[in-house]
Amino acid sequence: MNHWLTAPILIPLLGGVLQVFMGYAPISLRRTLALTTTVLTLAAAVVLLVLADDGSYRAYAFGNWQPPFGIVLVLDRLAALMLVMTAALALFCHIYALGGTDEGNRQFHALFLFQLLGLNIAFLTGDLFNLFVAFEVLLIASYGLLMHGGGTIRSVPGLHYVALNLIGSAVFLISVGMIYSVTGTLNMADLAIKVADVNEENLHIVKAGGMMLLVVFGLKAAVLPLCFWLPRAYATATAPVAALFAVMTKVGIYAILRVYSLVFGDQAGELAGLGMDWLFPLALITLAMGVIGALGSESLKTLVAWQVIISVGTLLAAMSLGSVEGTSAALFYLLNTTWVVGGLFLVADLISRQRGTATDKIVTAPRMRNRTFLSILFLMGAVAAAGLPPLSGFFSKLLILQAVTPGPQMAWLWSVILIGGFFTLIAYSRAGSIVFWRNVEGHIEDPGRLSARVSISAGALVGLSVVIVALAGPITRYTDATAAQLHDSSAYIGILQTPMVGEEE
Amino acid sequence: MELAFALAIGALTASGVYLLLRARTFPVVVGLTLLSYGVNLFLFSSGRLVTGGQPIIGSTAGYSDPLPQALVLTAIVIGFAMTAFVVVLALRNLADHEDDHVDGRQSSTAPKPNADKEVSGK
Repeated sequence: MNHWLTAPILIPLLGGVLQVFMGYAPISLRRTLALTTTVLTLAAAVVLLVLADDGSYRAYAFGNWQPPFGIVLVLDRLAALMLVMTAALALFCHIYALGGTDEGNRQFHALFLFQLLGLNIAFLTGDLFNLFVAFEVLLIASYGLLMHGGGTIRSVPGLHYVALNLIGSAVFLISVGMIYSVTGTLNMADLAIKVADVNEENLHIVKAGGMMLLVVFGLKAAVLPLCFWLPRAYATATAPVAALFAVMTKVGIYAILRVYSLVFGDQAGELAGLGMDWLFPLALITLAMGVIGALGSESLKTLVAWQVIISVGTLLAAMSLGSVEGTSAALFYLLNTTWVVGGLFLVADLISRQRGTATDKIVTAPRMRNRTFLSILFLMGAVAAAGLPPLSGFFSKLLILQAVTPGPQMAWLWSVILIGGFFTLIAYSRAGSIVFWRNVEGHIEDPGRLSARVSISAGALVGLSVVIVALAGPITRYTDATAAQLHDSSAYIGILQTPMVGEEE
Repeated sequence: MELAFALAIGALTASGVYLLLRARTFPVVVGLTLLSYGVNLFLFSSGRLVTGGQPIIGSTAGYSDPLPQALVLTAIVIGFAMTAFVVVLALRNLADHEDDHVDGRQSSTAPKPNADKEVSGK
């Protein structure tokens, strides 16, 4: 039992509860406390990353109930990686939000921290039903955050987002019920054992349950037939919220990676590799759809929102290769894409603040202030997202391309990623050249000044791409180890033997 | 009992899905509610239907599985909160667009060029 495991959950929970009661406190006090909470969450995540790097599994059983009877938190390399990635993204988004976004709503910080809480539970939990609860926690916070900011533009995309996710929750519960009715357990490690012994008669119930789970996770991850809610919702959300939401689709991807590598992994007998045949073609079509959307987008935020879908397609394509190299490359790409896309949302917002009524639409407008600074940030973000050297997008795509073994899969993956990358580049250069170079005479009435806070946080997120390149060696070592750990699910099952407090000897 | 139970779940889910596909927010909210009722009953049945059993092994001849009951309780609470939120959101949509169409459109006529400004000015 390691009590550190609860830190990334307890810190945002306590910080968030504090914010709920402090709605009428001075804003500087609220901001200080909220930012402290996010910094502490990042610190806790880094501690867990260091702990997890020894390659062992750590479990925390709530109430000292022996798994599989109680709920467990499980820390492994993948969970720690996701925690650090989320906490770092959240910190910069939070700093950006302090630049004025948080003023309209007294509960913004509380919602932001609860969102972080839900994400952290989802990454740490070792229980399928608890994963559902984590999804609901992060969703209800995200509903509030999505609606944050005045005006009427958000009510329709918000309504679609909420209705879709409620249907998703219903499907999640049905699949959990189907799996429980056959296996009698919802602990993921225990499921991994029980699924292999399911008899012929009940096999189809588990199979249907597993496929329905894939639909739910696909909805969260925005895989093609279920991705059309995303661009409008993300493009209308306020910038720091949209940037934080860059990690929301990754929760779906994390859930697919966790559940399908563990429960329906190689040891699952008849059910091994359930749904993976579907994932590869769907991922490639998602990627293509994202590129088409990016080419047709009329505003910078919509363009970045489609970039989210492109990265989902790329990630799933690499993951569904089913090899250690593919998973490792996907994890490296995950780090790159989450931070860069988050940064691009912030940059798009900075640009839109400087352009008066043209906002972030890809149209000609009077010359903006701070054009050089913003254009460099946009260039860096676009280069990292489209996958050009020398930034991290190039290296992560290279790893993905190298991970595939020669054959028809290779032909499909290479052609879709390379042609898709080329058209993504066209989409970015079209947007960038119109927004930055094609100016008209005149000036904008009172463009807001860039404050240090917002420009540093947006710049830092995009700049993390350079950090990823600089630290590419240690990061690939870590992602390789993570992928190897994921593909060997027998050790995860060992958490069922974790000694409880009081029987440690 | 199983047949009646299954029919009830099926009827609730079918009505729920039918209402979800309507174009107005009110039927959609009612559909979501019916769907969650159906799902809750389904989850309840995943521990097998037992009459006269207790959730403790040994106290009666048969036992009833307590875990689905706990799961359903959690699902009901979450579903209730979500329904409350979606009702508020539907009202907000109605107020913003003076129409409860799920896409926020003005009723049946195409939006006029200056329709956006009119709405947001209020």
